[in-house]
Amino acid sequence: MTEHLVEIQNITFSRGERLIYDDISINIPKGKITAIMGPSGIGKTTMLRLIGGQLVPDKGDITFKGNSIPAMNRSTLYHNRKSMSMLFQSGALFTDMTVYDNVAFALREHTHLSESVIETLVLLKLETVGLRGAAQMMPSELSGGMARRAALARAIALDPELIMYDEPFAGQDPISMGVLVKLIKALSEALSVTSIVVTHDVNEVLNIADYVYILANKKVIGHGTAAQIKASDSALVQQFLQGQADGPVPFHYPADAIQAQILGAKQ
Amino acid sequence: MNWVIGLGASTLAKINGVGRAFLMLSGALIAVPQLKNVRLTIQQLYVVGVQSLLIIMVSGLFIGMVMALQGYTILVNYGAEGSLGPMVSLSLLRELGPVVTALLFAGRAGSALTAEIGLMKATEQLSSLEMMAVDPLRRVVAPRIWAGVIAMPMLALIFSAIGILGGHLVGVDWLGVDSGSYWSIMQATVEWDKDVVNGIIKSIVFAIVVTWIAIFKGYDAIPTSEGISLATTQTVVFSSLAVLGLDFVLTALMFGIN
Repeated sequence: MTEHLVEIQNITFSRGERLIYDDISINIPKGKITAIMGPSGIGKTTMLRLIGGQLVPDKGDITFKGNSIPAMNRSTLYHNRKSMSMLFQSGALFTDMTVYDNVAFALREHTHLSESVIETLVLLKLETVGLRGAAQMMPSELSGGMARRAALARAIALDPELIMYDEPFAGQDPISMGVLVKLIKALSEALSVTSIVVTHDVNEVLNIADYVYILANKKVIGHGTAAQIKASDSALVQQFLQGQADGPVPFHYPADAIQAQILGAKQ
Repeated sequence: MNWVIGLGASTLAKINGVGRAFLMLSGALIAVPQLKNVRLTIQQLYVVGVQSLLIIMVSGLFIGMVMALQGYTILVNYGAEGSLGPMVSLSLLRELGPVVTALLFAGRAGSALTAEIGLMKATEQLSSLEMMAVDPLRRVVAPRIWAGVIAMPMLALIFSAIGILGGHLVGVDWLGVDSGSYWSIMQATVEWDKDVVNGIIKSIVFAIVVTWIAIFKGYDAIPTSEGISLATTQTVVFSSLAVLGLDFVLTALMFGIN
């Protein structure tokens, strides 16, 4: 039986009046790459924030290494966060620090290593993402792709067990995208780290994901290996995979009939 | 009845905001002091204190000069221009020093604090700190609060001192008031505890209020460009009003009731 690092059990979550998730369950196998896909606005980033304990579900439970995240007190949660890391969509690099200091940040905060050991570790992490030469640059001097790679180097600084990628390919040119796909795969294999990739870039992620969940309409509408997902007979899954404009997810946002609205306005 | 519902909802939202502001303050300040945070506080002292020095000194100089000029034209009619020293120094130490410094601080450092923290929130830097198991309240908020509270009373004292020198420049060097009477009557009139200490107390109260408003507005800002712009404006407006309102209360408590 596969061991799960993260288990999301029957969670329901709403923001104000708006229901985001309605009783959904997702298991993240240890040491594998799991993709969570779905249309924009479905709350994929919210899922990562729930796993990270930044949000608390209304119902249901989320466990990390068997321990319930919503039930953790602050210090236990912060202790557990040292074993997870998150690559934010914007990179979220600290703009007042160089790339080097960004990567060294967590090491300086959480370890008592000497500055020379930290230097070796930081340079190794930057070498992994190909940015050793950019160590002394400021985040504002980096291109979008480089910023995300720098953020990735920061995310792996403490050798986490879980890395959560929030839309890692969004807004990237084909070369940067290829580099990121390669890095995610390489990190997963080399460090045996568990990866959760939240994205709507179907082709890129299906090439590297070991398991895929597709979310839509507040539910999990399909899950399986990449091959199983591609062969799915669900119209919704196929609409998403093939990028069709209209289908079970309608092109039009719900509204009154256009005739009624236009004619009604004129009367 | 809709306006009743609206009034109730907005009152509840305001009370909720006050609650969040207190939670932020307690989360930031109730902690075991660490050497690392002392270093961060000193860095922030440079940003909010040292970098505000120029505007405080120039404003202090001009306000002292204007007060001497205005005071002289009135006092000279009664042959009382010798009292220019105490007039300038008491006005500065009791009122203008703490109040004008707080207003300038809100505009110069407060708005910068709000925008900085608001942008850190909008660019997910605060979230990323949380996910790196570093509490943004202790790492980002606390050093800025301490720096503001330490810097402002010092800035107010510098403001008053430069203002008194500005008064000397205009009153004594330009208009010909006797230098000896300017200083000696000032020395005889200004009381350490009643005037200087009360001014410092006022300044500390303003420092807490202005820094707290500025940081909370940034921390609680809606993370969009409009949200940050609104938060920055609110920081300057709310802290200015709070300073002026509190100044009346503090003056009544310190000088009004005998």
